[in-house]
Amino acid sequence: MTGEPIVAARGLTLSFGAIRALADVSADLYPGEILAVVGESGSGKTTLLNVLSGLTRPDGGTVTYRETGGLTRDTHAMPAPMLRALQRSDWGFVHQDPRRGLRMNVSAGGNVGERLMAQGARHYGEIRKEAVAWLEQVEIDPGRIDDLPRTFSGGMLQRLQIARTLVTRPRLVFMDEPTGGLDVSVQARLLDLIRSLVARLGVAVVLVTHDIAVARLLGHRIAVMRAGEIVETGLTDQVLDDPGHPYTQLLVSSVLQA
Amino acid sequence: MNFFSLRTEALTKTFTLHLRGGLRLPVLRGVDLTVAPGECVVLSGPSGAGKSTLLRALYGNYRADSGRILVRHRGEPIDLVTADPRAILAVRHETIGYVSQFLRVVPRVSALDIVAEVLTGRGPSPAEAAERAGEMLLSLNIPRRLHGIPPATFSGGEQQRVNLARGFIAGHPILLLDEPTASLDAENREVVVRMIEDAKARGAAIVAICHDPDTRDRIADRLFPVVPVQETAPESAPGNAKEDA
Repeated sequence: MTGEPIVAARGLTLSFGAIRALADVSADLYPGEILAVVGESGSGKTTLLNVLSGLTRPDGGTVTYRETGGLTRDTHAMPAPMLRALQRSDWGFVHQDPRRGLRMNVSAGGNVGERLMAQGARHYGEIRKEAVAWLEQVEIDPGRIDDLPRTFSGGMLQRLQIARTLVTRPRLVFMDEPTGGLDVSVQARLLDLIRSLVARLGVAVVLVTHDIAVARLLGHRIAVMRAGEIVETGLTDQVLDDPGHPYTQLLVSSVLQA
Repeated sequence: MNFFSLRTEALTKTFTLHLRGGLRLPVLRGVDLTVAPGECVVLSGPSGAGKSTLLRALYGNYRADSGRILVRHRGEPIDLVTADPRAILAVRHETIGYVSQFLRVVPRVSALDIVAEVLTGRGPSPAEAAERAGEMLLSLNIPRRLHGIPPATFSGGEQQRVNLARGFIAGHPILLLDEPTASLDAENREVVVRMIEDAKARGAAIVAICHDPDTRDRIADRLFPVVPVQETAPESAPGNAKEDA
């Protein structure tokens, strides 16, 4: 976590009609770092994720991405094919609903192998071997490699989406509520998996979550959003243990202690 | 300026409770503390005086309002009050170890891995890290049959010893210890006192909170009084600001 940011956002604004989704948002993400973005529904955190990942164009402000070689590119000014190439290989996106990130009519192994093929891998045996290895990493029985995702449980689908995302060894992953809608026991397993894989691969992650405990477990830094603004940011434990902004104090004091 | 590992200058911390109409609780005011290598300073003062707040501020966990917290990191002083988050993470990784009173357990992560992961990125291979973590846990009387189990189900004393193993395994040059022996029996207190003596002998600077008089007298080179700031209304202290009795 040294040197220059891999993603830098400056002065992002975006409105949907009368609704202000982003109001002058700036943020940096450094290589190997997990930035947790927390806030209630409608605070703009998913919008921010979509703008950072090039899916949604802001009304104002810039997002720059720093390539491996050190070259910086304006995410919203680069040619569409270049953006798509990045989204297929150097970047990954983990959606809350795994069905959005997976191809449901393609086998589990196909889902993992497809991203490798998009990167240029052609050797069937190698691709299948890599797919098996990734299914094992995300704790899916490799015997299920030829099964269609629709035969999988919600937790398995989410793990498959993570395998599909990480197989290309991305440098940057966007995660939108990756554990939302899962049983608590399934969630714990997934969190542990994300935590260890991200640490081992040294991926930079922007993680959107409404769950403070998830942010504390995974985030190096945290940004608290409210009504389209980042109201407080800092080290995760600083912000959660010593919240300064009234909204953060409310958020932290509203969490039930298990 | 004599040689120090850790030094605070005019350190001030006030909590503002926005949910209580902006109530302000001044906890630290003008704290000047200097700790030399190999020295153990025990914070003394009544419950609620701000000892835990000071310790947390020294770790960069609570953010100071003003003053400086100088930490000797890679040979040079760095001010934690103004350092950016990534610099603070680097200081915690290499320089400052912190043993809190309570272990924050992570689902599914075994006691051994909780201790071994502290060594990640410090040189030892995963196998060496696991071996050293195992030895550390054994020296704190956590039997090997418990090493593979997540400590959520451990007793308070066992969890505290896992926490201590985490805090001591990396050999940080500065250690912050919050009640390191509070839930331990006599035998394990003895182990911890020896670990603290060893750390001092290798030159670690230690700041501790320790209410048990026998342990305190054995580890402390000197006491540093933390006095309550007068305006504090103790009955309305928030959970975070409150001293754990």
